[in-house]
Order: sequence, then structure tokens, then C-alpha cells
Amino acid sequence: MSNSTLIESQPRASEETLVLKPTKGWISLNLKDLWRYRELVYFLVWRDILVRYKQTLLGAAWAIFQPLMQMVIFNFLFGNMANIATGEIPRPIFTFSALLPWNLFSKAIIDASNSLVANRNMITKVYFPRLVVPLSSVLSGVVDFLIAFVILVGMMVYYQVAVPVTVWLVPALILLALTLALGVGLWFSAWNLHYRDVRYLIPFLSQFWMLASPIAYPLSEIPAQWQTLYMLNPMVGVVEGFRWALLGGGDLPQTALLISVGISLAVLIAGLYYFRRMERTFADTV
Amino acid sequence: MSDIVVKVENLGKQYKIGSTIDRSPTLRDAIVRAAQRPMRRLRGEARPSKETIWAMRGISFEVKRGQVLGVIGRNGAGKSTLLKVLSQITEPTEGYARITGRVGSLLEVGTGFNQELTGRENIFLNGAILGMKRREILKKFDEIVDFSGVEKFIDTPVKRYSSGMYLRLAFSVAAHLEPEILVVDEVLAVGDADFQRKCLGKMSDVASEGRTVLFVSHNMSAVLRLTDSAIVLERGKLVYDAPTQEAVEFYMSSGYSQTSERKWTPEEIPSSAAPFRPIALRVVNPRGQTTDLVRSIEPLTVEVEYELDAPIQGLRVGVYLLTIRGDWVFTSFDTDSAEQYNQFATREAGRYVSRCQIPADFFNESQYVLGINASSYRIKRYFQEEHALTFSIDSMGAPGKQWPEVRLGTIRPRLNWKIEEQAR
Repeated sequence: MSNSTLIESQPRASEETLVLKPTKGWISLNLKDLWRYRELVYFLVWRDILVRYKQTLLGAAWAIFQPLMQMVIFNFLFGNMANIATGEIPRPIFTFSALLPWNLFSKAIIDASNSLVANRNMITKVYFPRLVVPLSSVLSGVVDFLIAFVILVGMMVYYQVAVPVTVWLVPALILLALTLALGVGLWFSAWNLHYRDVRYLIPFLSQFWMLASPIAYPLSEIPAQWQTLYMLNPMVGVVEGFRWALLGGGDLPQTALLISVGISLAVLIAGLYYFRRMERTFADTV
Repeated sequence: MSDIVVKVENLGKQYKIGSTIDRSPTLRDAIVRAAQRPMRRLRGEARPSKETIWAMRGISFEVKRGQVLGVIGRNGAGKSTLLKVLSQITEPTEGYARITGRVGSLLEVGTGFNQELTGRENIFLNGAILGMKRREILKKFDEIVDFSGVEKFIDTPVKRYSSGMYLRLAFSVAAHLEPEILVVDEVLAVGDADFQRKCLGKMSDVASEGRTVLFVSHNMSAVLRLTDSAIVLERGKLVYDAPTQEAVEFYMSSGYSQTSERKWTPEEIPSSAAPFRPIALRVVNPRGQTTDLVRSIEPLTVEVEYELDAPIQGLRVGVYLLTIRGDWVFTSFDTDSAEQYNQFATREAGRYVSRCQIPADFFNESQYVLGINASSYRIKRYFQEEHALTFSIDSMGAPGKQWPEVRLGTIRPRLNWKIEEQAR
């Protein structure tokens, strides 16, 4: 049987041996497997976007309408009523530019948290790295962001806001928001599978988190002695950084950004390991 | 030996019961439990023991390259668990399996199909979910559409498809999956007879191409036709491993017809069945004896005994009748008649027997399988077991017995023939 010896000594690429056995404790992230299934991520994002715009009557209009309405409400509350100053930046742009990364983030955590439950029929019937599911739901929110971004550009033209050179940092900040969202989403999606009332907790958490982020007011409004504590919210760096990169004005919110990067990475890495650990019982729990 | 592509050694899977299936646990419960724990420990109480069940245990077998292995067994014997472990959906609790080559599993057709998307879009989505590369799908796209026979509707959302079209499209994608090892579960149990035949044809193509296949089915004729050898599972254990013909005979003679009465023990009833609790299913002859051998010229009574722990609305309790080869004869429910249905719109908690009589001169000489189903239409299926018990029919005295030939057909009715001489 020379043929079989040949196969044994030189396994073909597809002839990998897979060993299925019980695993215990912390296991490797198996990112190689995730890479192999990258096309599935693409197709799931594509599905989410197609379905969203096919199902809703107004389609893309929602992506514009929602932040616009939020902006109007915030302007009224924080501008006309609380009279909080926004510096040299026109208030509508000030608020809208913060709502964009915020909405991207909050939609991503809500969608990611529900993603495993929403895709449970796939999880119980087919194998693929489970990370694909929350990852693709985080990514599918980017389209809404891009649509709303076009409106922001329009507003900037209207208010004649000069674009600073720092604008190239915008994609990096978006990546930061997505990193944090995926990190948070991983924890919540796994919890959501085990405890179904987590679903009700997330919108509440998201609202609270929004008010604790400098969206309708600038970071400078926070009393100096509270600022360090306030900046422990990793979205502070994202929102302030985004506004600074796009609209200029003031200095780079360096401390807030550094804290944000640090916390986001920590949440993501811990989330990845936690998710992998919980992954083995997903199909039995759903 | 590299010729062994699947090696399963002492494989076992344990499930917790009650905790997750019954009701989704909530965070609130978890917090309450965590808060109570120190108190309990102070009082010296033991931790609440988690009830567990071994869905399968101590399973060992090997599959050679190019072998087509059948997996047979009753519901709950552990077949699906075995396939889920082998397709990497869930982890085993003990033992291991070593698989050489790319595994493709078909535990269901149309996994991830989205109602809003068109046929074309779903082919790509489903293909990707099954592990196909985009290029691979593009290459086979025309072939898939052609096999499904839904060319005209390929750009229509699948929510407008008939269920037959939907299944055909779903199966077509699955059929074009080309892994080295294919794991297939009961997917052929769906669709009309015509389509089933087409699927079986495709399956035997796959088998004859020399690919390794693990095939689970209730359909004994399909197992006989497609597989070389088979393993028989019973209550989570591998009880028989032999060439298919032998294994099927073993299964039919032992697994099925041991008893004339199927009794359910509490461990056998999934908690999802609550508040419905099956007690027994039996076949009774006109003298009131529970039996597994009935004469075809006598009526027979089928009894389902069960208990309801809470009232159920719109409950229907019924039986399936199948031939031993897995072909359906009929399905009938105790509230099929409109009157009965209205009278039992809500069935109160309590113990019941639903009983029906199958008339004399109905069956041909053969073995039949009875299954049970308890459900509320479009609300919930409480309990179902398709192969609950078997019984045999003896045709002594049946119509046409004066000729000692085998009569073809599932039923053998006594029809009222008239012979008239026509005036010339």
C-alpha cells in the first residue's frame, strides 16, 4: 500500500486531521479557522444589509432620519433649555458628528448581543466558528453609518466648516468604535444565550451609556475633578476624538483616546477568550 | 492506517436536563441562586444536583475511505447526537473522534435561508453557511438552479415559493456540497415522493463517487439501497455493527417488536413535552388483550394513555401508522371530527385515554409501526415519537386467502365485488 503511505506522510491541504474531544478551561482563539470562514462573514453582512433595506418601507431613509431626529431633540434639550455651550462649532454639527459614531456603536452592541439568539437555527445545524456571527452583525452597521456620514458632509458644506488635516484619523476612530462594540457584543451575546433577560438590559444600558458620553455636551463641561473618572468610559475618547478629527477645534483629546484604546483592546481580548470558552455549550443551550 | 477516515473511540455526550430545555433561565434566577448559595452552605444543604442524561455513551466505530455507513435506531437512540458531535456542532463529553478530510454536514436543508431574499441570493447565503467558497458557488450556480427546477423563480423572494419549491432549492444547494466526508441526517424525510426519489438518486451518485458518507435515516429501504454497512444505536449505545442487510434485520427484529405496549418512563419524556405526559401506547384486540399480533379479519384498538398536568387548548392526540419500511399509511387525531374538536376545545388537567378502532379487513399481512403525536395546531408540538411500537398482522381468513400467493399492497380491504352477467 505505497499509496496510503504517501498520503500519510504528506497530507494534502484538505486532508487535515480533526480531533473532536472534550476541551477544558481556556482554549486558543483559533483565529485561523475564523480566517478560513471570512467569506461567511461577508455573506452574513451582505444578508443583514439586503434584508434590512428590503424589509423597511423607507429603507436607507431610516439611517438618516434617526440621527437627525436625535439631533433635533438634543439641540432643544441641551441648547435651548440647558444652554450648554458648544464652542465655535455650530450646535447641529456638534451633536450630529457625535451621534454618528455613537449610533454605530450602540447599534453594533445591540445587534451583536442578539446575534446568537437570532441565528440559533444555524448554530444548531451547521459548524462554523461562532465568532462569525457577532462579528458580522457588528460590521453590518457600517452601511448605516456611511449613509448618515453623507448627510454630515452636506451639513459641513452648509455651515462652511473647514475640514482639518486630522480627517485621516476618522477611519481609525471608527475602527476603535467597532473594536469596542465587538468586545462588548461578545460578552453580551454569550450571556444573552444563557440568560434571556439580558436582552432587556441592553437597550437600557445603551441609553444610560449615551448620556454618559459627550454627545450633546463637550467634555469640557465635566468638572475638572471628575474628568479622569468620566474618561474611563471608553466612548468618551471615541466621540471626542471623532469630533476633533473631523471638525478640528481645541487639542487632541489625548488622554481620553489612550484610555479608550486601552480599555477597548482589553474588553475585546477578554471577550474573545470568554466567547470561545462559552462557545462549546452554545448548541446545547440554544 | 490512513484508510480509516473516521475513527470514533468511546464517544459520549451528556446533557443537562430540565434546566435549559424547559424554560430559558434568566439572569434574575442566576442572581437569586447566587445569593442563596452562602445561606444554603451555612445550613449545610447540598448543592442542588443537576439532572443529567447520557444521550450516547461508549460509542466506538471506524469508517473507511469511500465507505457509506448507515446509522439506524429509534428516536432518542442517540443518532442525532452522534451526528452533531461528528459535525462539530457540539463537543463530546468524553472520548474522541478523529476525522481526516473536510467534513460537510447536512442535518437540515435550507439552514439559514432567509424568507426575504430571492432564490439566487439564498443559494449564495446557504452555500456559504454550508462552507462553500464564493468561487465554488459561482461555478456550480447553474447546476444548482438546474437541479432544483425553479429557474423561473430564481429572482423571486423565497417567501413566495411553495413549500415544495423551497425544499427543492434548499436540497439542490446541499447536494452540490463536495466535502470528502458527508454527514447526512434524515433530510430525505421531507418533500413529495417524486422529489425524495430524486434526492435518493443524487445520494447514490455521491456514494458511487467514492466519497465517505454517514447516513442516518428511518427509511429502511433507503438505508438498504445506499449503504454498505450500518450501525444500530439503542438508548445511546451502539448495539450492532454489521453489513447493512444484517443490521437492518437485527434492528427490525429486536429494536422494534419487543413489546406490544410502549410505556414511557419519566426520563424518556423531554421536559419540552410538559404539561403533556405520555404514559403508554398499546394495541388491543377485540378480547381486550394487549398484543403485538392481530388478525387482519378482526378490528384492532389503538390506545394512547396520557396525563395532562395543566389544561391545554386545542390539544390533539393522534397516531401515525407506518409500514416497517418507513412508508406512511395514515395519520389520525382524536379531535379530527369537528364535534369532538369543539367539545374538547380545552382539555382539562387529568388522566386520559384516547382510543380509536381500526376496522377489520384493513391491513395486509405485514409488520406495522405506530407513532404518536400530541400537539396544538400551529401552537406547539408537545410530544412526538414516530416509531413507538410495532405490531404484526396475521392475514388468516383474509379475502383471497384461497390463493397462497403474496398480495402486494399495504392494505387488504374486503371489497364488495359484484359480478353481473351482461345480456348479450
